[in-house]
Amino acid sequence: MTRKPFFLRSPSVLVVLAILATGTAAITLLSAAYGSGVVPTSTVKVLGMTLCLALAALATDLVWGYLGILSLGQMAFFALGGYMIGQWLMYARTETIVAANLAQGAIPPTAQELQDATANQIFGVVGSADLPLVWSFAHSLPIQLLLVVAVPGLLALVFGWLAFRSRVNGVYLSILTQAMTLALALWLFQNDSGFRGNNGLSGLQNIPGLEDVDQARLSVWFLWASTLALGVFYTMAAWIVSAKFGSVIRAIRDDETRVRFLGYPVEGFKLVVFTLAAMITAIAGALYYPQAGIINPAELMPIASIYLAVWVAIGGRGRLYGAVIGAIVVSLLSSWFTGGRAPSLHLPGYTVNWVDWWQVALGLSFVLVTLFAPKGIAGLVDLIDRKGDRT
Amino acid sequence: MSSLLEVRGVTKSFDGFRAINDLSFQIGGAELRAVIGPNGAGKTTFMDIVTGKTRPDTGEVLWGEHSRSLLRMNEAQIARAGVGRKFQRPTVFEDQTVSDNLVMALKAARGPFAVLGWRPTTASIARVAELADEVGLGSALTRTAGELSHGQKQWLEIGMLLAQEPRLLLVDEPAAGMTLAERELTTTLLRRLAETRAVVVVEHDMDFVRRLNCRVTVLHQGAVLAEGSLDHVTRDQQVIDVYLGR
Repeated sequence: MTRKPFFLRSPSVLVVLAILATGTAAITLLSAAYGSGVVPTSTVKVLGMTLCLALAALATDLVWGYLGILSLGQMAFFALGGYMIGQWLMYARTETIVAANLAQGAIPPTAQELQDATANQIFGVVGSADLPLVWSFAHSLPIQLLLVVAVPGLLALVFGWLAFRSRVNGVYLSILTQAMTLALALWLFQNDSGFRGNNGLSGLQNIPGLEDVDQARLSVWFLWASTLALGVFYTMAAWIVSAKFGSVIRAIRDDETRVRFLGYPVEGFKLVVFTLAAMITAIAGALYYPQAGIINPAELMPIASIYLAVWVAIGGRGRLYGAVIGAIVVSLLSSWFTGGRAPSLHLPGYTVNWVDWWQVALGLSFVLVTLFAPKGIAGLVDLIDRKGDRT
Repeated sequence: MSSLLEVRGVTKSFDGFRAINDLSFQIGGAELRAVIGPNGAGKTTFMDIVTGKTRPDTGEVLWGEHSRSLLRMNEAQIARAGVGRKFQRPTVFEDQTVSDNLVMALKAARGPFAVLGWRPTTASIARVAELADEVGLGSALTRTAGELSHGQKQWLEIGMLLAQEPRLLLVDEPAAGMTLAERELTTTLLRRLAETRAVVVVEHDMDFVRRLNCRVTVLHQGAVLAEGSLDHVTRDQQVIDVYLGR
C-alpha cells in the first residue's frame, strides 16, 4: 500500500463519474422538458430508477463482493427507505387536498379535524380512520428523511449484531437475511401494520409543494438526483475499499479466523459494512419510489433481493463498477424483454416468446456466468487491460 | 523468573476424550521453548486454548504482569494483548499484495473506525519495506501473495507475525515442508526473536528441536510428561517409553 493519490488508486471512479455526467447531460438534452423530447418522460423515469437500482447493487457488492456476506435481504432496506419517504409524500399531498376541500365549508377546520380527515382519506382503504403511531412524523419532511436512513440502519444494526455475534456464516446467514425480508414483507401485508397492507403507498410521483412542476421536469430532476447519489456513494465506496479498511474486509471474506488472530474485531467490521450498506440501499429506495409512484409489500419479497444478487454476480462482484454495470445492463434488458417489445424468436417448430422465456434466459445466464466467468461482465475490463499492457 | 504466560490446571474434553488433562505450563518474557509430543498429545488443543479458539472446561490461563485471565477474552482481544500465532499451513491473504498483507498485520489500532481513518505514513511505508527485506520479500512488495511459492508464503506469514510485534509467539510445526537451508534460517530467526519475547515452538521433528537448543516440554495424553533440556528429557525413561522409543 503506497501513498498514491485516491484517484490513481481507484481509476474507475473518474471513468464512472464521467460516464454518469455525460449520460445524464445527454438524456437531459433529449428529454421532453429540457430538450428535443426524443426521450419520453417514461423512459427518463426508467433510467432514473435504474440508477437507483445500480446504487442498491453497489451496496450489495460491498456486503457480498467485499465482505463475503451474501445478503438476500437488501430489498428490505430499499423498500423501507421507500416507505419512509412515501409516508411524507402521501401524507403531505393528501393533507393539501383535504385542506382544500374543507376550506369550502363555512367554518375553517381545526388542526385535529384536518388530521382526522387526512387519516380517514389515507386509511379508509384498510377500514381504519385513525392515524397509526408509525405515522406520527409523517407531516415532517426532515424527520422522515432522517428515518429513511435511521430505520433501515437500526434494523441492520440489530439484525447484524445478533447474527454476527453468534458467528452465523455462509449460507445460514443468507437464509437468515432472506427470512428477515420475508417476515417484514408479511408484516407489511397486514392491514393493521399501519402501512396500508397490500395497497401500499401510492401517488408518490406527486411531490407536495411542487404541484406546479410537471412530471416531465420532475423526472429529469429525479434523474439528476439519482445520478448524484450514485456518483457520491460510488466515490465514497471506492475510497473505503481502496484503503486499509478494504483490505481488512476482503481478508475477512477470505479467511475470517485468520483476521481474528491478527487482532481485528471481525464482528465490528461486519456490522459497520452491513449497516452502511443498508443505509445506502435505503437512500436508493427513497429516490426510486417517487419515480415509480407506488410501493407495496410485494417489493420486498425475497425474489427481489435475489435479483439484486444476480445482477451483481453477472456484472462482476468484488469490484464496484461490476455491480453498477450488472444492475444497469440486466435491469434494462429485463424491462425490454418483459415489456413485450422484444421480437419473438422463431425457431423451427417453436416460437420463443420473450415475456415468458426471459426469466429462463436470465437464470441460465446466471448459471453460465457463475460457472465460466466468475468475474462477470467486469471481467472484460481485465482483457482490455491486459491487451493494453502488451502493446 | 516472573512468567508471561501461566497455564494452570487446564482440562478440556471433546465428547468424553480428554485432549488436555490438568495441564500446567509456564513461560517467561524472553524464552524459547519447544513443545513436543506424539500425535494426539494435545499440542494443538493447547495452542487453541491459549489463543482463545477453544475454551477449557476447568483451569486458568493467566497473562502478563497483572495476571489477566485470557479465558474472558475472545481471539481478537488475545491477539491484541500480544499473542501471535503461526499456523502450520501458511495462511496469508492470497488475493492481496505482499505489502497489503504486511500493512494489515502492522501494529496499529484495530477498531473499524480507526482502520477507516488509517493512511500510510512515511514511517509505516519504511517499516513495511524493512519487514519485507527481513523475510526476503523486499522485491516482491507489489506481488499478489497468491503468486508466491510455498516457502515465500511461510516467510510472508512470519513477516506478518513480526509486524504484529507479539510478546508471545506460538509457532506450529515451522519446519514442515522446509528445505534444509530454510530450516537453518528459521532456527536462527526463532532464536533471535526469543531474545526479546517468548516463543513457543510446537514441533514433531526431533532434529529441528535439537537445532533450537532450548528448554523442552514433553506432552503426553494432555499433560506434561517431562520438562528440561533436550538431553535431560531424552534420558527420561517415561519419555523414551511413550515417544522416543517407538
